[in-house]
Amino acid sequence: MMTRIDKKFTELKRQGRAGLVTFITAGDPDYDTSLAILKGLPDAGADIIEIGMPFSDPMADGPAIQASSLRALKAGQTMKKTLSMVREFRVKDDTTPIVLMGYYNPIYVYPVDRFVADAVEAGTDGLIVVDLPPEEDEELRPAAIAAGMNVIRLATPTTDAKRLPAVLSNTSGFVYYVSIAGITGTAAPDIHSVEAHVGWIKGNTSLPIAVGFGVKTEDQVSAFASVAEGVVVGSALVSALAQSLDGDGKATEATKPELLGLVERLSSVLRHPAETVAV
Amino acid sequence: MSTATDTPPQNTYRSGPDEQGHFGLFGGRFVAETLMPLILELEQAYADAQADPSFQAELDALLAHYAGRPSPLYFAERLTEHLGGAKIYFKRDELNHTGSHKINNCLGQIQLARRMGRTRIIAETGAGQHGVAVATVAARFGLPCVIYMGATDIERQRPNVFRMKLLGAEVKAVTSGSGTLKDAMNDALRDWVANVHDTFYIIGTVAGPHPYPAMVRDFQSVIGKETRAQMMEREGRLPDTLVACIGGGSNAMGLFHNFLDDPSVSIYGVEAGGHGIDVDNGHAASMTGGKPGVLHGNRTYLLQDDDGQILEGHSISAGLDYPGVGPEHSWLKDSGRVTYVSVTDKEALVAFQLCTKLEGIIPALEPSHALAHVMKLAPTLPSDNLLVMNMCGRGDKDIFAVAEHLHMEM
Ligand SMILES: Cc1ncc(COP(=O)(O)O)c(C=O)c1O
Repeated sequence: MMTRIDKKFTELKRQGRAGLVTFITAGDPDYDTSLAILKGLPDAGADIIEIGMPFSDPMADGPAIQASSLRALKAGQTMKKTLSMVREFRVKDDTTPIVLMGYYNPIYVYPVDRFVADAVEAGTDGLIVVDLPPEEDEELRPAAIAAGMNVIRLATPTTDAKRLPAVLSNTSGFVYYVSIAGITGTAAPDIHSVEAHVGWIKGNTSLPIAVGFGVKTEDQVSAFASVAEGVVVGSALVSALAQSLDGDGKATEATKPELLGLVERLSSVLRHPAETVAV
Repeated sequence: MSTATDTPPQNTYRSGPDEQGHFGLFGGRFVAETLMPLILELEQAYADAQADPSFQAELDALLAHYAGRPSPLYFAERLTEHLGGAKIYFKRDELNHTGSHKINNCLGQIQLARRMGRTRIIAETGAGQHGVAVATVAARFGLPCVIYMGATDIERQRPNVFRMKLLGAEVKAVTSGSGTLKDAMNDALRDWVANVHDTFYIIGTVAGPHPYPAMVRDFQSVIGKETRAQMMEREGRLPDTLVACIGGGSNAMGLFHNFLDDPSVSIYGVEAGGHGIDVDNGHAASMTGGKPGVLHGNRTYLLQDDDGQILEGHSISAGLDYPGVGPEHSWLKDSGRVTYVSVTDKEALVAFQLCTKLEGIIPALEPSHALAHVMKLAPTLPSDNLLVMNMCGRGDKDIFAVAEHLHMEM
């Protein structure tokens, strides 16, 4: 079965460019603003959308995404509301892939079988569950795949030859290469090390690879686009959103345009590489 | 749905965890891929150490000459008389170097860190007892160490913060989340993910991803082993009743584990009931007032809301104020082998004062919880019932907090 993710990467290959994968946290800073941003992402140039399912204890995330998760929860975001955002997005957009990313506990207590059914029904294409390594994902992965979703695993700088087969087995959609040994949005990734690792992973799988975790600037996007099929930008978007808020952490007039403006700039690097070089 | 919901019928409670680190439904390795290779390496290194007699010999020497083990098994005569029931013994782990049971585990883990060639130590701490014990062993072996401690806890455990600094540790105030133990653990895990090449994370309780729950239990099991031998010597038989407080559950597992397969021994774990189990988010009793979930690398009973968001909980004791509990306890609860109860802040304060006045021992607020349950339980038991309570920490660190709660001038 071809998922929206598979179709998207086929299309990107045809266009001869890497895709921009954008991450936002569902419900940050509030449901309506977050939904409006979500709806605007494809036109701004997002090829694939990752939606963070907020969690109180985001262990693999740096300060920017921690804060965004807490803002969303404070504004009343729940898993049900996150799924309803996906559903509302799908009313007008039936092609842009949506990947839900987060931690296992909110899925576990939902519980798993109902979450899988509701996520698929809402129009979700893929799942990334950060704290569910291959050793533990048997209780979610087969059900999610059977229901038609891709389950995307993380490969990291610490993934060695012994582990890579386990990481790549029974996975689909794409492989998410975490570009730094660290938490989201902190250290700057080293392009040479990323290139070497991605090259090595490519030798072991035919799946597309998206690189993320420390990507902030247009230069980084352009550099990673030359080694991978997708470039993920998360903390940079979430930080831009945070900066647009008022003193009470509420959305302002500037919130949506600033965020989408940043996405436009980042995506134009991938769509018009020649022009960027010329500038 | 779950991989191991049903535990096979068994004739031992001491064989867990399985190879994947599961205690029935609980435990496991729910960590980001970045940490997985490290956790597997740690598991291997710990297995190698266990197979190497010199590792245990070195640890035994440190426990004897540095920590001061064995700790006495003390007959609390006046308390026994006062409560009029079971014969009450205290396992005096508060007499260890640094004032609590935490040193038992820290000596074990730092030996392992050294074997693995790690050069930097990190840890989380709540009450600061684990932080002090880590800072102590790091000083003893000349390794730099960083202790993550919630900003809220730093306020209520000032003396321990100062001790850690004196010992040369860097104390990092954690402001993320609610600034308590769970957030300190998050930040320690984040540090570890970012410094995987040289850093050893000394977790302070029987929680975290496999192999920590089993490894910390093993290092703490010296408590139960000694208790068995001491009781045999004193009374010529096993104890009838064991009582210990539960934060993450390390002092309790340390006392209980040796006795799990002795059906004549009744075992009680005492959780922090805070303002009361019925008060929303007003307690830290994960087993008596929570439900199974996944946090900090393992599946266990957790304080959480209907959406799976972790709650802060509350306890007068910073050392018990943790929304989870070690997975082996969750399994022992569901299997019915151990009875878990809770006592409130108020009951713990009463016990704290009683012990101080009757026995001349100022207990930490954590074992004061165990003692509060002993106060309820002992009078219901016959006078030949041998009860052992783990006096796992001394109360020096708590005198400021207690003075405030009792509205006393210092
Ligand atoms: C004296 C003392 N007892 C108990 C605890 C709780 O931990 P555990 O349940 O792992 O023994 C602490 C934690 O800081 C402590 O300091």
